[in-house]
Amino acid sequence: MKDWMRIAGITSSEITDEQTFRRRRALIQAATAAGMTGFIGTDAMAKEIGPISKWADSATEKQTTEEIATTYNNFYELGTDKGDPVKNADKLITDPWSVVVDGECDAPGTFTLEDILKPHAIEERVYRLRCVEAWSMVIPWNGFALADLLKRFKPNSNAKYVSFETLNDPDLPGMKSRVLDWPYREGLRIDEAMHPLSFMAIGMYGKEIPGQNGAPMRLVVPWKYGYKSIKSIVRISFTEKQPQTSWNMSAPHEYGFYSNVNPEVSHPRWSQAKERRLAGETSGLSALFTKKIDSQFMNGYGEEVAELYADMDLKKFF
Amino acid sequence: MLSLPFVYLVYAVFNNLLGANPIETITQFTGEWALRILLLSLAMTPLRMVLKKPWPIRLRRMVGLFAFFYVLLHLSTYALLDQQLDVSAIVADIIDRPYITVGFVAFVILVPLALTSTKGMMKRLGKRWQSLHKMVYVAAVASVIHYVWLTRGDQLEPMVYLAVLVGLLLFRVKKFVPRTA
Repeated sequence: MKDWMRIAGITSSEITDEQTFRRRRALIQAATAAGMTGFIGTDAMAKEIGPISKWADSATEKQTTEEIATTYNNFYELGTDKGDPVKNADKLITDPWSVVVDGECDAPGTFTLEDILKPHAIEERVYRLRCVEAWSMVIPWNGFALADLLKRFKPNSNAKYVSFETLNDPDLPGMKSRVLDWPYREGLRIDEAMHPLSFMAIGMYGKEIPGQNGAPMRLVVPWKYGYKSIKSIVRISFTEKQPQTSWNMSAPHEYGFYSNVNPEVSHPRWSQAKERRLAGETSGLSALFTKKIDSQFMNGYGEEVAELYADMDLKKFF
Repeated sequence: MLSLPFVYLVYAVFNNLLGANPIETITQFTGEWALRILLLSLAMTPLRMVLKKPWPIRLRRMVGLFAFFYVLLHLSTYALLDQQLDVSAIVADIIDRPYITVGFVAFVILVPLALTSTKGMMKRLGKRWQSLHKMVYVAAVASVIHYVWLTRGDQLEPMVYLAVLVGLLLFRVKKFVPRTA
């Protein structure tokens, strides 16, 4: 067992092995019956996380099934098709893992994953995830408040923004294509990053986060479009100037720095008024006749984050 | 043979092989096959000229109608399943969203071509049939633009279709331009 797993409360004893074995067997049976095989490999290897406290304000909607949330992903480093990341997840090497923290802070450094996770109690938060492509999921994440992590690096008064970078490993199958300017970059204003809803996830569905969902640690910013929630983070920088962000660099008129979920502001090529909720609860013909649902301002977190954007023209700062 | 993708699609629906977002999968699947078969129909005349055999032209109508069949499936997936026949939303999409506008233009062009594809109509229209059916090139260009404009991120696949289309167009242009010696 790795140290950081124990520190983070990830169990790996005989009990887990037994559970893993049973789950694997049940899944193989189910998968064979359903004629699918893509899902078993990654799930069977996932480690369970515990103990986890439950956050009081979790979304109460029907949760997306784990299978859907771990097989339908946008993670271009692992391929551009939604099914590519799960197929290529084993190419993402997360052990060892270290994170560089630099910029406008008094406690910078290079930290191992163990260092990062050590002091944090793990919490489960169920958040809505709204992709800019007008689909959404409801996912139980396991992790801790981003603010609790960032405060440890003692950002100074020049730290107006925080930027993040994803692993830049040219061997990853999707990185041979120049579809984005690697490494993948994201950023938040410091008050957004310190907002209690901003979350650093190391797990989902009570298990270690799988590669296709951004192992070993990823951001979850529930009131923003999904691409703001950067995966597989290797660098955190505090900056005075607004950092560059990957989708904004690729198409500035389509993807703004803020990227808050806003049904009133259309993407230039499609409407953001509605979204298709992917829950995985329907099958066969009935799956083809599900209605889209209305998208909510700030993905339904409008009250909580209103203070961040008071006096801002959200059509201009989209 | 061109009905195989449709057979697979029906099989996939009932066996839950379409993944997390089946409506999106069907939309993409029918759209890609519509475009492939449309380009195949444009390849029939060049094929005849290259092979110097008559069979590509005999197949041309059937290939064209199959393309239209997949276009119909593609459009009805969008209108019926994705938009749930919300007419005002569909009209707004056609007006506001350039990629939907060009896609719809392609469809509108293809309707009269499908309707006049019979031998009887060919005879009745005579020379005008030829010029009417040259509109298929406009529809093909609109279809490829539709694909390029709707793609987010990786443009490789749309560019492959664009390259094939440009190749086919160049072939025809070369034929139409009278050689000056």
